[in-house]
Amino acid sequence: MKLKKILAVMLALVMVLSFAACTKTPGNENGSDVDPSNVDGNNSASEIVIGVSGPLTGGAAQYGNAVVNAAQLAVDEINAAGGVNGTNLKLVSADDEADSGEKAVSAYNSLKDQGMQIFLGTVTSGSCLAVIDKTADDNMFQLTPSASADAVIANDNCFQICFTDSNQGARSAQYIAENNLATKVAVIYDSSDAYSTGIYNNFKKGAADKNLEIVAEQSFTKDSNKDFSAQIQACKTAGADLVFLPIYYTEASLILKAAANADYAPKFFGCDGLDGILSVENFDVKLAEGVMLLTPFAADAEDDATKKFVAAYKAKYNNEIPNQFAADAYDGIYILAELIKANNITADMSASDICDILKVEICKEGFSYKGLTGAGSALTWDNTGAVSKDPMAVVIKDGAYAAL
Amino acid sequence: MGFLSNLINGISLGSIYAVIALGYTMVYGIAKMLNFAHGDVIMIGGYFVYLSSSKLLHLPPVLSVLIAMVACTILGITIEKIAYKPLRKATSLAVLITAIGVSYFLQNIALVIFGANPVTFTSVVSIPAIKLFDGQIVISGETSVAIVVSILVVIGLSLFIKKTKTGKAMLAVSEDKGAAQLMGINVNKTISITFAIGSALAAIAGALYCSAYPILQNTTGAMPGIKAFTAAVFGGIGSIPGAMIGGILIGVIEILGRAYISTQLADAIVFAVLILILMFKPTGILGKKMVEKV
Repeated sequence: MKLKKILAVMLALVMVLSFAACTKTPGNENGSDVDPSNVDGNNSASEIVIGVSGPLTGGAAQYGNAVVNAAQLAVDEINAAGGVNGTNLKLVSADDEADSGEKAVSAYNSLKDQGMQIFLGTVTSGSCLAVIDKTADDNMFQLTPSASADAVIANDNCFQICFTDSNQGARSAQYIAENNLATKVAVIYDSSDAYSTGIYNNFKKGAADKNLEIVAEQSFTKDSNKDFSAQIQACKTAGADLVFLPIYYTEASLILKAAANADYAPKFFGCDGLDGILSVENFDVKLAEGVMLLTPFAADAEDDATKKFVAAYKAKYNNEIPNQFAADAYDGIYILAELIKANNITADMSASDICDILKVEICKEGFSYKGLTGAGSALTWDNTGAVSKDPMAVVIKDGAYAAL
Repeated sequence: MGFLSNLINGISLGSIYAVIALGYTMVYGIAKMLNFAHGDVIMIGGYFVYLSSSKLLHLPPVLSVLIAMVACTILGITIEKIAYKPLRKATSLAVLITAIGVSYFLQNIALVIFGANPVTFTSVVSIPAIKLFDGQIVISGETSVAIVVSILVVIGLSLFIKKTKTGKAMLAVSEDKGAAQLMGINVNKTISITFAIGSALAAIAGALYCSAYPILQNTTGAMPGIKAFTAAVFGGIGSIPGAMIGGILIGVIEILGRAYISTQLADAIVFAVLILILMFKPTGILGKKMVEKV
C-alpha cells in the first residue's frame, strides 16, 4: 500500500512538472495570458488582437523571444501614442518550439482561442509550412517576420517581411563571388530542415552562375547534429577556403568548434540563421571571430530609426542587443499598424473580413514601408507575398556584429 | 591523411560511447535490467560539471568532474532505490517501462531547472592538440583524453571485478542472485554499488561528451545513450571489454560512414551493421552463449 502511495505521489509530481515545462515561456509571461473576454473567438474587447507564434523554448528560442519582445515593444509604443485610429493593439503569443508538426498547429489554434485577428507568424520556416494551409482555410491574414522558405507564401493570404531563401542563397553566392572572398567553397547544411535545404539549393544555382566552385557538399540531420568532425574533415581535405553555413546558430557553434579542433581556419559565411550565435550562454565568441553573415539588419547601423529601436529594446529587455528577428518583428507591427490605419480596420471586424482587405491592400502600388530592415530602401510587396529588400553583410568582430 | 583523421575522430567518439556503454553493460550484467535513464544521467552529469566549473563555482575542471561524479552517484543510487528496487520481483517489461519513465522525468526536470536554451559547455580538457605530418592530422586534447580515460576505466573496472570482494560479489550476483544470497552476499547492496559505479561513469562520460561536442541541453543525453546502448549490445551486453570494443566500433563505423558513404545515412549504417552482427552472433561480439532454459 505504502509503495502505491509513493508511486502515486511521484506520478502526480511528474505530471505537474511536465505541465510546468510545457507552459513555461521565458521572457514573455504576460503575452500568453488568456484574456477571458477574448476566449470566445470574436473580439468583444476594443482591441485589435495580433498573434505571434514562434519558438520561445528550445534550440531556436532566441528567435521566438526576440520576435515576441520586439513586437511587444512596438505594440506598447503604438498604444502609448494613442493606438491606431484610437484603437489599441493587443499582442498574444504561443510557443511552437520551431516544430514542423503538431506543436506548430496547436500554437496557432491556441492563438485563435485567444481571439487573434491578424497573425504575425510564424518565426521559423518549418513551423510556418505546417500552418499555412490552416491560415488559408481560416482566411487569416498572415505576415511572417522571418519564415523565409519560398513555399511559405504559396497561399494568397501570407506575406513575408524577411527575404526568401532563394533570395538569400543567390545573394550569398553573389556576395562571395563579387567580393572575391573565395574560389573554392564548401557547404554544410541541415538536410532535415526546409530553411537550410532551401538556401543550399539556391546557393548552388547562384554559385554556378557566378563560377564559384563548390568543392564539398556536406550535410547533417537533426538526429546527428553533434559530431561534425567528418564534415569538417571533408571540407579540409577538399581544400575549401570558405565554408558556407546556411544553418541555425546552435549547430554552427559546434561546427566552429570542430573546425578549431581540426586546426582548419577557412572563412565562414552564413545567413540569418547564424544571427544569435553570440548570445548563446557561455559561448566562446573568439571562435566566431571573422564569421560573415547576410542579414537585413545590423544593430550598430548609424541611422536614427535603428539607434532609437536599439536603445528602446535595450532599455526594456535587460540591455540585450536586438537581432534581425527583433527588427523584422518590430517592422511587422508597424506595417500592420499602417495597414490598419489606412484601411480603417476596427476591433469588431472578424479575422476573415480583415484578411480580405489587407491581402489586397498590402500589394497595391501605393503601399510601402520604410523601416529598420531593407538597408534604407522602402519595403514593397507583390502579389506572390514576397518582399523587395536588400540584404546587408555583417562580420563578427571583437565579439559583436559590425557592418561590412 | 583524410582517412587517418576520420579514423581518429571515430575512435574518439567511440571511446566516449564505450564509457557510456560500460554503464549499460554493468547494470545489465548484474541487475539484468536495461537502465534507459543512463543517457539522461550523462546529461545531468554534464550540467553538474558546467555549474561547478563555469556557471557558479569556477572550480578547476578535475574538481568539477569529481563533484559531478559524486552528485551522479547519489542520483544513481536514489533512482535505483525509488524507481527500480520496488520492482525487483516484477516482470522485466515493467522495469523497462519504469526506466523509460525515469528517463523522461530527468529530461523534464532538467528542462524546468536549467531552462530550454542550450548552453555552451566549456571544455574540461586543457591539453594542447597533437599535430602530426605538418598539421595534416590534428588530434585534439579532448580526443586524447577520451581515449586514455576510456582505456583506464576499462582496465580499472576489470581489475575491480576480478580482484576485490565487492567485484566478486557482483560476479556472483550476476551468475545467480538466489545462490549469492545464500552465500551471504547482500544482493541489494551489490546492486546499489553497481548503480553507483555506473552513474559515476556517466558523469565522466558527460564531461567527455560535452567537452567534445560543447552544446548542453536537456536532451543532450538521449542520442548518445541510444548509440551507447547499441554499442553495449554490439560488443555483447554484460561484457566489459565487449562494451569497449562495441563502443569504438560504433564510433568508427558512424564517422567513416558519414565521411565515405553518406552524411545522412550514417546512423542507418550503424544500425544496419548491428542487425548483421546480431544475425550471425546473437549475443554480440564478446557475448556469452546462453542456454535457453525451458
